[in-house]
Amino acid sequence: MSGQTVANLMRGHIEALAARGERTDGRGANEFRDVSIETGLIGTAEGSARVTLGETTVMCGVKLLAGTPYPDSPGRGSMTTTAELACLASEQFEPGPPREPAIELARVVDRGIRESQMIDFEGLCIEHGEKVWVVFIDMHILDYGGNLFDCCTLAAASALAHAKIPNVQHGIADKDVDLPISCWPISCTFAKLGETIVLDPNHDEEMVMSARLTVAHDENGNLRAMQKGYNGAFTVDEIKTAVKTARTADKVLRKALKEATK
Amino acid sequence: MAGGNSDIKFIKKGKRLDGRKPDELRKVRIEVGVLNRADGSCYLEWGNNKVYAGVFGPIECHPRHKQQQDRAIVQARYTMAPFSVNDRKRPGYDRRSSEISYIISQALERVVMVEQFPRAAIRVDMQVVEAHAGTRCAALTAASVALADAGIPMRDIIPSCAAGKVSDTVVLDLNKEEDNYGQADLPLAIVPSTGEVVLLQLDGHLTPDEFEQAFDMAYKGCMDIYEIQRAALADRYGGSA
Repeated sequence: MSGQTVANLMRGHIEALAARGERTDGRGANEFRDVSIETGLIGTAEGSARVTLGETTVMCGVKLLAGTPYPDSPGRGSMTTTAELACLASEQFEPGPPREPAIELARVVDRGIRESQMIDFEGLCIEHGEKVWVVFIDMHILDYGGNLFDCCTLAAASALAHAKIPNVQHGIADKDVDLPISCWPISCTFAKLGETIVLDPNHDEEMVMSARLTVAHDENGNLRAMQKGYNGAFTVDEIKTAVKTARTADKVLRKALKEATK
Repeated sequence: MAGGNSDIKFIKKGKRLDGRKPDELRKVRIEVGVLNRADGSCYLEWGNNKVYAGVFGPIECHPRHKQQQDRAIVQARYTMAPFSVNDRKRPGYDRRSSEISYIISQALERVVMVEQFPRAAIRVDMQVVEAHAGTRCAALTAASVALADAGIPMRDIIPSCAAGKVSDTVVLDLNKEEDNYGQADLPLAIVPSTGEVVLLQLDGHLTPDEFEQAFDMAYKGCMDIYEIQRAALADRYGGSA
């Protein structure tokens, strides 16, 4: 039976639990699941990370290639983000070119990283107007257990933090150096279950949520990216509370990221 | 073969550039049941190759017109991550992935008891996250283990392994440099209990004698891989390999 059907049968239970401040996996409303970050697993990538958040696993690889800059920013490198919802991650993921959910996911992660100016693009210029580094962030979802947004942002940030600029291989300089990183974006995703908002939805919760809100902060507590999803709605108060909650709830992910990037 | 550059001396004092003997496999490590969502899964490291395989099924067959009235179909899908190779690979499905997926599906249909599940599909997804030659063999080897982990009825599990030729010497399990600049590559997959060949390709140049030698070497490699598959499953589920 598909995950969607099972979750629909659980809807009443999940919503009733949420109203009492409980979850199917025993967590509190604003608690993240266990997170683990492993880096540097992929030898062919300039940076890589495998992040597990509860039952969700994402593998992210960062590649750097020399390319031509955009005409409107001749002295700046650029970046491209993709997400692949691999068929093995869920019976609901179909083969074929990326559909809207994968594109939205990649774009939200992209915004979190781009708008926080995590990567110093000026530092990626090789030859003004001619040659710059292009950063490719490719995220492979291996196991879908809910909340891909936060898991992917964390995987991308971890992989970028470990990435080296392959100067030697491209004959640009005689030493590979760290990718210039100036900021640490972390996202927190909330789901609306009935009339209750919970952090870090698991698989079944995502199947029955009516609305989703992702909030990305930098390490100074400033907002860097947001995305509301699904056809349900949030009240103004719910949004403001979620933004405030995200500022403290992201500490646990920030700590994991810091430890993994030491 | 891509380069066919035989100027490189691949064998020195009976050893290959990575220190292996001509008939020696790279190190193979198999982990069973690594994913939560899939019905069966496997993570395999073969040298520096890294592959995930996940199985869903038997499930409803989509698209409908692919249904078979008297049996299930095996829908295998082989994909390489963009970061799995040195020059970033464009994401998505290309002609090479299509062909590999097709021949892997056919190989697996030989051992899966498809007649037990009319009109159903068994989905097998293989994700190569790091590639250093021999990924189709690695993917098929992982897929068989994931099918067993999913409890899909099978006559046997399929091991796969390649042999090839470098510097006029027949060798087992080509590494990346040997594959890029070598003279021949012969991937093989078998059903060990019956000795049937279910996947065979050749690309390059072999004399009839070299073919015999390479084929026998690949067959023996398959049998060694089979032991590793069985040990990994026994390790997960108990019993002896």
